[in-house]
Amino acid sequence: MPDYEPITGRYFTMDVAGEPVRIYLEEAGAGTPLVCLHTAGADGRQFRHLMSDPAVTDHYRVIAFDMPWHGKSNPPVGWEDREYQLTTELYKETVLAFCDAMALDQPVVMGCSMGGRIVLHLALEHADRFQAVVALEGADKLKAYYDTEWLHRPDVHGGEVAAGFVSGQVAPQSPDEYRWETLWAYMQGGPGIFKGDLYFYWVDGHFDDRSSRIDTSKCPVYLLSGEYDSSCTPERMEATAARIKGSKATVMPGIGHFPMSENPDLFREFILPVLDEIRR
Amino acid sequence: MIDKILDRVNGDVALVRRGRYVTLDFLVGVGDQDYIFRIDQGRIESISLRDKAMNSGHFTIRAGTDVWTEFWRHTPRRDYHDLFSMFAAGRAQIDGDVTPFMQNIRYFKDVLTTPRVASGEA
Repeated sequence: MPDYEPITGRYFTMDVAGEPVRIYLEEAGAGTPLVCLHTAGADGRQFRHLMSDPAVTDHYRVIAFDMPWHGKSNPPVGWEDREYQLTTELYKETVLAFCDAMALDQPVVMGCSMGGRIVLHLALEHADRFQAVVALEGADKLKAYYDTEWLHRPDVHGGEVAAGFVSGQVAPQSPDEYRWETLWAYMQGGPGIFKGDLYFYWVDGHFDDRSSRIDTSKCPVYLLSGEYDSSCTPERMEATAARIKGSKATVMPGIGHFPMSENPDLFREFILPVLDEIRR
Repeated sequence: MIDKILDRVNGDVALVRRGRYVTLDFLVGVGDQDYIFRIDQGRIESISLRDKAMNSGHFTIRAGTDVWTEFWRHTPRRDYHDLFSMFAAGRAQIDGDVTPFMQNIRYFKDVLTTPRVASGEA
């Protein structure tokens, strides 16, 4: 028998915005459900190290699903004539539909980058449904620093240019093996998908005018940002944390925008205390 | 450090292979000085100081001398560790016809990173 990892993968179909979509998920562990949301243009593989860490899986049922159009989840039927664009409403609906389909009771939801933004929206509008939210590299206000049109046009390879952009978001200290594994997923994204995600991340997802209404006594909020993150910089995370009364913010030295996949050993030093605190 | 780039690129078989569709001139600005990089199928033919206003290239990447010095350290500080982090922080600029840069983004980023000091190197 091979030396199997503890991760198992399954498929099911759920409705998103009135359309059936075939979804792929991976999970490991038992205990409090911990739903993990991947970054823009990537997929749930980013959480594989967390799902293989007994310090996490002894207490949490870690579940990572690929968003529709990403990884091994399908786009909706008829995708071939559509331009993919993720909005705040569609993203919230997708995460809630997943939690409903899985019949999760008071899960913790943790997302990175665009996932880190949407968990803050969920804390604002659906505090009663989540035990806590963890925003990795997530903020309520961000600023674009490149033109996303380069990500989907016929004379440039979208995957290679996506990886070329986001490689600058990986810390120089991160191990090469994991740096390149993180970038590989970006090179594999479907045409226009990273661009469509960035519509939410850089255009539609701002809510710094409302984030102060998040009630952390109902839904605790944890924010963690890597020192080398050029988009959700530590300063933008701290500005967000200042608006969300009662939230807890941590800067992670020596880490970039992809903590769980670019440097899993260092990331666990920061995330384990957070997960332990949520459990207590 | 600019003087290290030619030999390091041409001595890197994988990097030259990645740049095999690149044949053009581009400029790198280091402080007040511009250098013309002449590329032929991924190999650098020459790197020369720009001495005539009419000498140009498809695109130009510029940053201050201190910015490049930090970028080429073994472990640069944040906002200096990658060309795009330098763009994001407003510490570097790219001008001109950016399309060939985007079409060969990893090649050009790798070329400019070749002077980076290896661990233990002085």
